[in-house]
Parts: sequence; structure tokens; C-alpha cells
Amino acid sequence: MEFPTALLLNAIIAGLLLGGFYAAVSVGISISFGMLDVVNIAHPAFIILGAYISYIVNTHYGVDPIAVSLLLSPLFFLLGMALYRVYYLCFEKRGQESLRGLAFFFGILFITEVALILIFGVDYRTVKTAYADTTLRLGVVDFPLRLVVPFLVSMAMVVGIQLFLTHTFFGRAVLAVAQDQLALRLMGVNPVRIKELAFALSIATAGVAGAFLIVIQPVEPSIGREYIGLVFAVCVLGGMGSIWGTLLAAFVLGLAESFTSTFFGPSWAPAVSFGLLLFALAFRPAGLFGR
Amino acid sequence: MKLIRAIAAIFGAMLLAVPAAVLAQQPLKIGFGMSLTGPLAGNGKAALIAMEIWRDDVNAKGGILGRKVEFVYYDDQTNPATVPSIYAKLLDVDKVDLVVSGYGTNVIAPAMPIMMQRKFTFMSLFGLNVNSKFKYDRYFQIMPAGPDPAVDWTRGFFEVAMTLNPKPQTVALVGADAEYPHLALEGARAHVKKAGLKIVYDKSYPPKTVDYSPIVRAIQATNPDLVYLASYPPDSAGMVRAANEVGLKARMFGGGLVGTQFAALKTQLGPLLNGMINYEAYAPDVGGKFPSLDQFLAKYQGRAVKEGVDPLGFYLPPYAYAMMQVLEQAIKAVGSLDQGKLAAYMHTYEFDTYVGKVRFAKNGEWAIPRMLTVQYHGISGNDLEQWMKPGHVTVLYPKEYQTGTVKAPFHENRK
Amino acid sequence: MSNRAFAAVAFAIALAIAAASQLIANEFFFSAAYTVLLYVILATAWNILGGYTGYVNFGSAAFFAIGAYTTVALFYAFKAPLIVTIPAGTAVAGLAGLGLGYLTLRLRGVFFAIASLALAVVLFTFVVNWDFVGGARGAYVMQPSEVPFGLKRYIHLLFAIEVLMAAAALVIARAIETSTFGRGLAAIRDDELAAESAGVPTLKLKIISATVSGALMGMAGTTFPYYLSYIEPSSAFSLSYAVNSIAMPLIGGMMSWMGPLIGAVLLGTVQQLVQVTISSAWNLLIVGVLLVLFVTLAPNGIMGWVEAWRRRRNS
Repeated sequence: MEFPTALLLNAIIAGLLLGGFYAAVSVGISISFGMLDVVNIAHPAFIILGAYISYIVNTHYGVDPIAVSLLLSPLFFLLGMALYRVYYLCFEKRGQESLRGLAFFFGILFITEVALILIFGVDYRTVKTAYADTTLRLGVVDFPLRLVVPFLVSMAMVVGIQLFLTHTFFGRAVLAVAQDQLALRLMGVNPVRIKELAFALSIATAGVAGAFLIVIQPVEPSIGREYIGLVFAVCVLGGMGSIWGTLLAAFVLGLAESFTSTFFGPSWAPAVSFGLLLFALAFRPAGLFGR
Repeated sequence: MKLIRAIAAIFGAMLLAVPAAVLAQQPLKIGFGMSLTGPLAGNGKAALIAMEIWRDDVNAKGGILGRKVEFVYYDDQTNPATVPSIYAKLLDVDKVDLVVSGYGTNVIAPAMPIMMQRKFTFMSLFGLNVNSKFKYDRYFQIMPAGPDPAVDWTRGFFEVAMTLNPKPQTVALVGADAEYPHLALEGARAHVKKAGLKIVYDKSYPPKTVDYSPIVRAIQATNPDLVYLASYPPDSAGMVRAANEVGLKARMFGGGLVGTQFAALKTQLGPLLNGMINYEAYAPDVGGKFPSLDQFLAKYQGRAVKEGVDPLGFYLPPYAYAMMQVLEQAIKAVGSLDQGKLAAYMHTYEFDTYVGKVRFAKNGEWAIPRMLTVQYHGISGNDLEQWMKPGHVTVLYPKEYQTGTVKAPFHENRK
Repeated sequence: MSNRAFAAVAFAIALAIAAASQLIANEFFFSAAYTVLLYVILATAWNILGGYTGYVNFGSAAFFAIGAYTTVALFYAFKAPLIVTIPAGTAVAGLAGLGLGYLTLRLRGVFFAIASLALAVVLFTFVVNWDFVGGARGAYVMQPSEVPFGLKRYIHLLFAIEVLMAAAALVIARAIETSTFGRGLAAIRDDELAAESAGVPTLKLKIISATVSGALMGMAGTTFPYYLSYIEPSSAFSLSYAVNSIAMPLIGGMMSWMGPLIGAVLLGTVQQLVQVTISSAWNLLIVGVLLVLFVTLAPNGIMGWVEAWRRRRNS
């Protein structure tokens, strides 16, 4: 098969930009599932929720959706705290998180989707941004700003979280709670509180990722389901609990999809991502950077 | 003695009259499933409004056969699994007199077995080529695709393409992985073969693709003269945007996009649609040929805005109304609700509706195709008003509705 | 009651129901009941891996669709009748369960759950690209015009088959529950590490459980193409199958074979009625809310309530 350079370069760039977006979408799961062992399968529901909230503010006040989501992230933070409280009281404390916690989040995912359908209907929603229709051209390579802007903000967010986790007390406490809760308690830190705040952080990232989503493509309530597998695929491929791993895995997935779309036919792209996941689970469940 | 006999006679007459009177007051029930939730809910709700306008119009004139028309309908959620139960309930529990279908092949096909068993006349709303498998002689379709829907659907685009000078040589075929685009592309391939064109790209994409630029780029890399796209609303928007971003160059682009017929996508994409070829069921530019339609559209648009449904109503609503008109005229002509007689009548005669004269072929599809192949131009900004007036949609095919000729190439006619 | 006796009773009841149904003129009953029975099978199947073994399967739709599409493929290739496609579909789905189990059951339960979702997506993509079974265009499977056994309509036959399949699923579930195999599964569910240390061959048991569960889900799907006459990937792989097959055992009770039956009959009937009365997205909202309520407040489902009430009455 011939590899025309322009097509190849564009496929690479598109894949990387897409990967940046996937990283934003998955970093929350990397925290909640990778580090806290909470299988928040409803994570995509919060992404969609974030998308719709950005949409509402953007439609009424014309403010850029990504800016909106960053401003409103404290709301998602609080939502995450409340959700974790319920989860902890009902499941984790009773040691039943594996089966019932999973079912619980599944129910939350469903309820969110249906509630959004009832409120907004099933029509696709889009936002108006200043850069939606602009594309930068560098030689033969296209850089659609619709993908570039979310990519840049996403990178900032991911790097920011990694720095936060490794350079602040709270962040290191989160990493510690993933490794050894008892030791943490012995040091006088309440692991439950740490987990609560970390989980809240993961939901806050979901809200911001939602704004990225609606900038990149039109959104309707049931889109969330397509992302369940994707976020977990990225988290597992990247190795649970490693932010750098998540980032790398997101790029890998983005590139895989982009290449499949361009060279083999777009209808195989979803199978590629999930095929990679199945493969990873079967043969290298520790992922790329796993512990 | 005479008095008693007289009283008995009067009583007897009254007793005979009562059932007739009761019957005359029994409403004429028409049952159907409709997509009020789910992916096609926007269209389903629009169609329902049109049908309700018809019902109110008919009842204002005294109903059909002296009976008031009533609808019994349930939400099929655009989910085929609900359809058998819904139609079973309509026939056996609600005991409706007549049925029509919901919107789309997904919900028409699952109803066919029960229709065929009960020998009910089945008027259906916009399903592509459903009857080719069932071959039911009481099936009718109000979509003006033509007697061989899969092929007739794409005829317009290729007939117009072959009028280009010099003749195009290569074509790229692309569409979503879904029922309608697959069927449309099959038909397109038939035209391509007949016209002797070379296919340089022929792939489909999953409907929930995030980024369409790689697809458009891959198409561009093959340098096609023509690009035929068959898509549903979300990917229609995605592909149009991607074509704009990548700067797609072709002599003609478009053809089978579902979605640009509705206000939502028309306003969202606005000037991005300039130069594109697509199909429309109606455009203000041919309004002169369908005089009664203006009145209907005014009524429809008033309700649509209030109920948050497609405010233009250029796609399903006129045909949903027309489908009910066909039934109305058939019942009045036959004088009863005998399903066999209705079907026979509908196969034989021509109907006069808001969308013009309607005649059915033997397989229940339209005898003569009437989907309009159009080219968009002169759109500026994202407001809706410009679409309500003529001047932005040139009708290229069929000839009796043509208002202009195609402007090629696509990428040089983006204004 | 021994398993043999239970089986005899179950099949006798099933045949009686099938025969008695001929007295019902109302066809709506058949469509609604067919759907409810389909969920009885799905819920019971799910519970074998979920309630008995403790591993959540999010990909019920995948196995269901495997059964459905095996019927379609064999129908297109050989005009195979149901008597062939039902065992075939069941076998293929079982193989899929075996494969998935073998690949992922070595890991924690969470990975199996995610992998089951991934399997659903991969299979969906595969079916969409497989033109022989119609791909995204969908497949038409015509109901034969002659109905065997002197039944009035084809839907009656489908209903009868579903009743028998439901009975079979319940018999199998009960047999597993009361066997040593079932006790091994319960040990895995309660504490896998302890079970492993006690000598329970956990991997082997888990794989068998996944195989049986998958096979039964596939069985539920084998008659579906005939029910609708038209099947296409998006609705065959619908997430509502996954949600319902989790919600129903959860609501009914996951510890015994009666739980999924109760949950499916209750929730399924409610959904069928809502569909033709209120009818709309409220249907799904109800399922979701019930799922969350039951999982937080009544983790043992309705059967759990019954047990607790019985215990309170006896003490």
C-alpha cells in the first residue's frame, strides 16, 4: 500500500490531537479507577453533563464553552464529593463495591442519560466558538483549531494533575492511598477524606472534558456509552494509576483510530481500540506503565 | 289496536335507528406507532403534528363517512423491538379501523408480518425499499422515491453529474454504517456502473465517528470528480464540516445527506452548504407547483415552533399530510373500510394531494419518483428566514421542477 | 425437590401454559409475553455468572446478538429452521463466553466487566461490517406461512418456544445452585482468595460459569429475528439488554433462581405496559431509578425482603 506523505503526516497529527482529547476524557478514570479502585462506569455521563452545561451557558451568554467548564469545575467537584459519599456509605464500607458498586454506577449512567433526553431531547447540540471553523495549515498538514484548542487545554490539565499528584501533600496522599491505606491512617491522614477529594477531582475533570467534547463534535445524550469502553481502555492500557501511562495510551489509541480510518476504512476504527484493550487485558494487563 | 300497532311500529323504527345513530357517532380510529423518543424523534414529532392537522381539518368538515377521526398511537422509541407489541395492541385491544406506519424502515419492517397476517392495508411513512422482501400487495409508501427505490433514490445526482462538460470519470462513494446509507450506496453503484464511471473510493464509517477529517482526506487523496455521500444527521454535519476544513475539491459533492432538510442543520451549517448537491422533498423555489402547501406549512410552522420541533417542515410534514389525504380519498371513494377494496382502489387510481398527484406502482412505491435533487447557493449567515424564501435552493432534477442548472466544480462555487 | 422432579414440573407447567395460550385471542398478549419471557431467560443467564459467581457482565447484548445473528446467518446460508439454529446459536454464544472467560477471568472481576463491554463493541463492529448478514442494512428473516403443531399464528409458536426455553433456563439455574459446582461458585463469590486457598479450582469454575451464562443468553436471542422479521445491529446490541439483565436479578434477588424470574416478570411486565400507555423515555428512567434504589437500599432484592420477613416471622 502506498503511503503518501501528506496523508501520513495528517493522519499522525489528527491521531495526536484526538489522543489529547482522549487523555482529558480518561484522566479522571485513571484517578478514580486506577488509584482509588472505584469503578465509576458513569464517568462518561458526567462528561456529557459537562457538555450540556457548557452548551447552555454558551447558547445563552455566548461565552466560550471551555472557559465555562473551567469556571464551573468547582460545581462538578462538589458533585463528585457527594457521589463518593453515597458510594462509600452504601458500598465501600460494607465491602460490596465489586458487584453492587458497579451496578450502582451503571444505574447512575443510565439515569443521567435518560434525564438529559427528557430535558433536552435527542437532537444533536453544538456550540459556537470563535475558532470552530478555522484551520491552520503548516505545509501539507492541517491543524483544525476545533481539535487544537481542546488539545492544548487538555495537555495543560493533565500535566497540571500530574504535578499536583507528585508535588503537593494532598496529591502524594492520593498516591499513597492507592498503595497502602493503613500506612496512611497511621500517618494521621483520613484515607476516606482523601479518596473523597480525589474522586471529586476526577469528576471535575469530566466536566471540563465535556466542554472539549462539544467543541469537537455535536453531542446528544446517548453518546456517553461509546466512551465507557474507551476511557477504561485507555486507563488499562496505560497501566492503572499512572497519569503518564494514561497520556501515552490515549495517544496510542488516537493514532490507532486515525490510521485505521485513513488507511483501512473508518468502520473498523472502534474495533481497533477495543481490540487493543482485549489484547492488553489478555496478555499484558499491567498495561504500558503498570505497577 | 291500531294505536298499539302504531306505537310498536314507532318503537321498532327507533330501535333500528339507534344502532345506526350509535354507529355514526363511533369514531373512526386510526392506529400507529410513532417515534416520539429515540434518534428519529424530531421527525416523528413533526410527522405527528402534520397528521394531527389533517385530522382536525377532516373533522371540521364532518369526518369521514360521517364518523369523527381519532388517533390511537404509541411511542415506538425508534426501537424495532417495540413494534410488534404496539401493532398487536392496536389491532386486538384497541380495535382500530385503519393503520399507518411509524417513520423509517426500522419500525416499518417489524410491523409487516402482522399486517400481512391480518390482511390490513398498510400505508407507510418513509422507509427505503421495505416491500422488496415482503412483496405485500397491500403495502403503500408515501416517500416519493420511485418504483425501484434503491436505484431511483440516487438517480438524480448521477443524471445531473452526467450533464457536466466534460463528462466526469471518477467517483468516490462514502456513507455511514447504517441501513439507509448502505441501500443508497448500493443504488449509487448501479448508476456508476451504467454510466461507466470508475470508483476510486468506496468505504463506510461508523456513525459515531468523532473526527471526519481523516475520511475526507483519504477521499481527497484519490482525486475524485464526484463525491457521493449518504449520511444521517450527525455525520452529515461532521462530513460537511470536515470537507470545509480539509478544503475538499471535487466537481460535485453531496447527494444523499439526511438532515439538511431540517432547520437545525440548515442553520447550523449555513454557508458551509453552499455549492453542495443534496435531495430535498420540498423547497420554496417550487412552491408555485404546490399551491395548497403554503397554507398547510403556515399552520404547521405555527405549531412546530411552539412544540420545539423542526420549524421549517419541508421534509416529512407535507408527505405525512398527503399520506392521510390518500387514505381519506380512498375511503370516501370505496365507501367503506374494507381493507381489500381500499388496497385495490389505491393501486388503481391517482390521488390529488398537497404534494401533487400521487400514483402507486404495483409494489406500493411511487410510480414516478419525485425527490428533488438540488444545489444550495447564496447562503450567508446562520439565520432561518433566508431558507423560507426562494433563492437559495436550485432544483436540478426532475425536469418538471427544474429551476436551474448545476454549477461545478463544487469548491469554486462556495458562495 | 430433586432436580429431576423440578425439571418435570417446570416443563409440565411450560407446556400447559403454551397449550392454554391457544385460548387467548388477543395477540398483544403474545408479543408482550414473548418479550417478558426473553428477559426471564436473559436475567437467569446473567445471574449464573453475576449472582452466583460474583462477576458482572456488561455485555449481555453481545451474547444475545450472537444468538440472533447465528440464526440469521444459518437462515441465509442453508434456510436452516429454528430446530437447528437454536442449538447452534446457543453453542456459538457459549463458545464466546468460554473465550471471553478464558481471556479475562484470570484477572479481577472489574476487568472481566470492562472486557465484556469491549467484546460488545468489537462484535457490533464486526456484525456491522459483515455484509452476508446484512451489516448495517439489517437482515430480513421471513416468518414461515405454515405454523407447525396446528397453532394459529407464528407468534404463538415463538411464545411456546420461549416458555420452554425459560423453563430450561430455570431448571439449569436451579441445578447449578444446588450442586457442588454451585457451592464452588458461591465460594468464589464470597471470597475468591479464600476459595482458592481452600482448593477450589476457581479459574475452571469461573470459565464454566461464563460459558453456561453466555450460552443461555445466546439461546434467548435465537428466536428474536423471527419475532421482528427484521434485525439490525444497533437495536440488537442495544444497551437496554445489558441494563435490564442486571437490573432484573438485582431487583428480584441474586441468590437463587427465583430472583431473576421475579425481577424479570415484574420489571418486564411494567415496561411492556408502560410502553403502550404512558410510553416514552420514562420507561428507561424507571429501570435506572429502580436499579439504583434497589442496589443501595435493598441489595438482596425482593427475595431478600421475603427471606427477612420469613425470618422475622419465625423468630
